[in-house]
Amino acid sequence: MAAVSAPTVSEASFVSRLVTRKTVMVGLLILVVVAALAILAPLIAPYSPSRLSVVNRLKPPSGSYWFGTDEFGRDVFSRTIYAGRLSLLVGASVVAFAAIFGVTLGLVAGFFRRLDTPIARIIDAMMAFPDILLAIALVAALGPSLVTVIVALGIIYTPRLARIVRASTLVIRELPYVEAARALGVPTWRIMSRHVLRNLVSPILVQGTFIFAYAMLAEAGLSFLGLGVSPEVPTWGTMIAAGRQYIGQADWMTLFPGIAIILSVLSLQMVGDGFRDLLDPRLRKDL
Amino acid sequence: MTELPDHIVLKVSDLRTHFELGSRVAKSVDGVSFDVRRGETVAVVGESGSGKSVASLSIMRLLSSPGRIVGGSILYRTSQGQVIDIATLPERKMRAIRGREIAMIFQEPMTSLNPLYTVGDQIVEMIRLHEPLSMAEARQRAMKMLELVEIPAADRRLDEYPHQMSGGMRQRVMIALALSCNPNLLIADEPTTALDVTIQAQILDLLRRLQREIGMSILFITHNLGVVAEIAHDVVVMYTGRVVEKSPVASLFEHQKHPYTRGLLACIPNALRDRDETGGRLRLNPIPGNVPPVTALPPGCSFAPRCSYRIPLCDEAPPLMTAGPSHLSRCWRHEAL
Repeated sequence: MAAVSAPTVSEASFVSRLVTRKTVMVGLLILVVVAALAILAPLIAPYSPSRLSVVNRLKPPSGSYWFGTDEFGRDVFSRTIYAGRLSLLVGASVVAFAAIFGVTLGLVAGFFRRLDTPIARIIDAMMAFPDILLAIALVAALGPSLVTVIVALGIIYTPRLARIVRASTLVIRELPYVEAARALGVPTWRIMSRHVLRNLVSPILVQGTFIFAYAMLAEAGLSFLGLGVSPEVPTWGTMIAAGRQYIGQADWMTLFPGIAIILSVLSLQMVGDGFRDLLDPRLRKDL
Repeated sequence: MTELPDHIVLKVSDLRTHFELGSRVAKSVDGVSFDVRRGETVAVVGESGSGKSVASLSIMRLLSSPGRIVGGSILYRTSQGQVIDIATLPERKMRAIRGREIAMIFQEPMTSLNPLYTVGDQIVEMIRLHEPLSMAEARQRAMKMLELVEIPAADRRLDEYPHQMSGGMRQRVMIALALSCNPNLLIADEPTTALDVTIQAQILDLLRRLQREIGMSILFITHNLGVVAEIAHDVVVMYTGRVVEKSPVASLFEHQKHPYTRGLLACIPNALRDRDETGGRLRLNPIPGNVPPVTALPPGCSFAPRCSYRIPLCDEAPPLMTAGPSHLSRCWRHEAL
């Protein structure tokens, strides 16, 4: 039998632990496939996503149209994989935006008592405002474009993350090991990054996967109102929105982009859960 | 430049730490003075609410608002021989004191370590924070620290997480962490309270041995007079934020000059002592009543309502009086005790 190597805390052992997790691997696989389809769409798509074919309107899935066609006879498969490019980009960018600002705000509010009240009130005020209305106002002010949509949705989801981070920070700040760290002279910024932020990884990951899904759907809402990207460019959200009118005759129009959203969110959650477990030594099964 | 005799590491004088709660003021520490000599251990004893923990947090300047040092001084001699007043030191300079000069360990060994990092990581962090060492050097030092606190298989233990260790092990790790930067003074806030009696004895042994070897001073906060007898040179007994009795340890156990100290001792169960003439078990004698809240202290001696030696004079607040050679008591009747 091969000698068991001594336990070391290294990147390699982290990767090897990652590989042994079934959920993580399945999640990663789905994510890679979805992303690859989106990125390689021009090579894979059998038709141009905007090619109209009046004779082939609302055709069910078949050999030539794998996912059927929409009300203008456009190929739903081609549109679905092309749509992935923008949908995934919007989801990822909004999560990144919300994570950067939400985590910073939440940490600062939770850690510095003097700043807590002003930040917490601003967060509450933003949460009290109806999401879509705020987005409409922002897009109206900034002019519709992809960047505007990302910024507007990012601003909407920032308080959600900030609230969770603030609440958890308030709890962790009072834990004995944080006080012990202070008593041994660890500077505040280090306590925040090493001791507090590291403990927030799982709530942030979980909330991040939710925001990813919400952002893709909210983008659809904005596009539906004509405030998002131009209607010629397909996204999963706009496809579902458009397909809604035909759901009785052509359910494939909503079904396939819907499946695409479900698959990407599900895979993200699987990966997120796996990462969370691996980052928490108490949940590791190999110890 | 403030003066401090050479053999004294820490001199707390008339320390007053108050919590301002709206219009009420909780005088958690109200005029406490004591000295910690080089290489010796001072035990601060008292019940919950006596102000002993607030006093130790004041020395570390780790009070959370609205707690504030409102008076007195905390003179400390740094390892460079400089004398500083911690009570008025700017926070920026205080950070260099914590860990490097004065380190602190806490009651909860189960939660005083971050569960997400190996104990090695945590000790290495502490060492590298205070000293410019490479990763490898710091790890080497961390291993030496674990050996110093008598953790077997130190090199393997370095890569373990706190949850893989027992309470006694974790308290050893905490001590290793606290000592990794060679502090002059270790403040131990009830470090053995959460541990089994056998483990308690081991930890006390360890602290005594480390004190002998390193020559550091220890400020030991506890409510357990049994532990005091084991480890302390001097004892400071606190009640409602004030010192009620102060004495070398032998003198204190020989004759207590304050009814409160006497009461605390009577609360320690002793299977051999607590028998009547026929060998039947006697009941323990707890001190009647509770510690009054520091926001509502009785006028006069704050212990009077619970005291069986009470006389009319006790309506007047007693000062700290000399009751023997370096033995102080805040009781009008210390001579009668």
